[in-house]
Amino acid sequence: MNIIVCVKEIIDPELPPENFEIDPTRNIVLGPDSMPHILSPFDEHAVEAALQIKDSCGAKITILSLGNNIRREIVKKPLSMGADEIILLEDEAFADGDSWSTALPLAKAVKKIGDYDLVLCGRQAADWDAGQVGSGIAEILGLPSVTLARKIEVINGKAKVERVIPDGYEMIEISLPAVITVSNEIGQPRYGTIDKLLAAVSKQPLIWKPQDIGMDPSETGEKGRKLKLLKLFKPVREGKCEIIEGETPEEAAINLAQKLRDAKVL
Amino acid sequence: MSDYRNVMVYAEVTSESLSPITKELLGCGKKLSNDLGKELCAVLIGCNISHLAKEAIAFGAQKVYLVDHPLLENYQTDLYLWSMMKVVEKEMPRVLILGQTSIGLDLSPLLAFRLETAVVLDCVDLSIDPDSNQLLLTKPVYGGKAMATFLCNSKPQVATVRSKSMKPLEREGSRKGEVIAFNISLDSPNIRKRTLGKVAEDAKGIKLEDAEIIIAGGRGIGSRDGFKQLEELSKILKGSAIGGTRPACDAGWLSTTAQIGLTGKIVSPKLYIALGLSGSSQHMAGCSGSGTIVAINRDPRANIFKEAQFGVVGDWAIILSAFTKKIGDLLAQ
Repeated sequence: MNIIVCVKEIIDPELPPENFEIDPTRNIVLGPDSMPHILSPFDEHAVEAALQIKDSCGAKITILSLGNNIRREIVKKPLSMGADEIILLEDEAFADGDSWSTALPLAKAVKKIGDYDLVLCGRQAADWDAGQVGSGIAEILGLPSVTLARKIEVINGKAKVERVIPDGYEMIEISLPAVITVSNEIGQPRYGTIDKLLAAVSKQPLIWKPQDIGMDPSETGEKGRKLKLLKLFKPVREGKCEIIEGETPEEAAINLAQKLRDAKVL
Repeated sequence: MSDYRNVMVYAEVTSESLSPITKELLGCGKKLSNDLGKELCAVLIGCNISHLAKEAIAFGAQKVYLVDHPLLENYQTDLYLWSMMKVVEKEMPRVLILGQTSIGLDLSPLLAFRLETAVVLDCVDLSIDPDSNQLLLTKPVYGGKAMATFLCNSKPQVATVRSKSMKPLEREGSRKGEVIAFNISLDSPNIRKRTLGKVAEDAKGIKLEDAEIIIAGGRGIGSRDGFKQLEELSKILKGSAIGGTRPACDAGWLSTTAQIGLTGKIVSPKLYIALGLSGSSQHMAGCSGSGTIVAINRDPRANIFKEAQFGVVGDWAIILSAFTKKIGDLLAQ
């Protein structure tokens, strides 16, 4: 069983809105390099999903990431959790792509790896929230796909997947190889262990450039985009909150109840 | 490129009627098609759904493609994708919009990649740029901390639309439209992927989407027992339901189906009582359409106070307990 997990580093989505500013002239987040970066949380859930399969039936897990100047300490985190190998598509040409010009090189890299049963991705990256790279990889490679998995079991060359829907879940059976995107309902990603972390530090990722996956640099990253970003802006907030006071918390609560009653909200 | 013409809506069906999102899509699509000077068409896929064509017309569609087949009774990715491809190839729409639903978010990227075009998911605004006549697609990014407006260079321009972000037209039974039965030959189900069934896990009582009042808790609630205190208030408030943030659901304090936010449910009750939650952008994405937001949080700088109309700063447990008692007294009067 060979599993490829696609991961991406992003600006920490937990960053409070007041610390998040946009450079309107360049349509980018202000000072992105000074912002704290983490592995996109849903990608970490995808790693967890791969590790759950590894626990139950054994698997080799290869981490695949794409970008330029990729922070090693972040993309190596899955190794400390129990993943086995790491390949980076790292080049200037890969930077600032849209879902199209990102899914294409990832699909070519998956094809080059060749020996795989399952490709896992997070349901969406928590920066652009595009939510389509996994489906794109599947479509480019002609593979079946499932989105929003909350449980994956591999049995006899097939995967049984529980897929999140608003009022519960769907049960899906899919033949392998396949692409599955993972949602947070899969469960908390496990912590890394010290010995795996130490091994990860010294591990050198395999680096692939566009030509290594048979691509012209103009087909990927910013040059390969189909979507043009016209404007990035912060939503306007009204921000008129009436704070209800009281001598004690109990009194404030009583005043709030009365206020809502008077305003006919209740 | 001039071959691409109209605006097309994928008309989703739930329990044998048009989904609310479908009516919203038709409302939005009507405006786009008017601005483009083109027609609005809808695609209905399912089994025994022909009666819904006139409903789609009553809500604004001028042309309805009907793909009616026993194998299409429930959503099956491969079969729906195949059906949509056939209709799109026939109609060549310039703009194609779907709902940001469990079907739309699954189907639309596959469709777009197969059509070698781009798609923008979870849009909250779609408009036609009067100068270029191009579709402008706006969606929240960075978990709602920012908004991005895109222009798509390839056609059809595909988007999914967030529920409750667009207004439906008034239903008018007198609207006229053409119904095109689209005969499609489907093989026995493609066995690559099969949806075997659904398991409903929704909590008992009122659904979050239907609740008039939502009492929501976050990380600050601290435990499953904490949420029991929220239930005390819910018991005395008619039409209320309990929801939570992603961290609260991930911690197992309440069912995952009670998650409100970007990747959970999108709700718009009349009253939203937010307890022990900071109001992260990703959570607010699911509830900012509420009528009145009330925040109870110990941190006066929490973002939720920027979103709420009324707030109390303090320990949620003490405040909720006194609040529940007072509400009980007021309602008994």
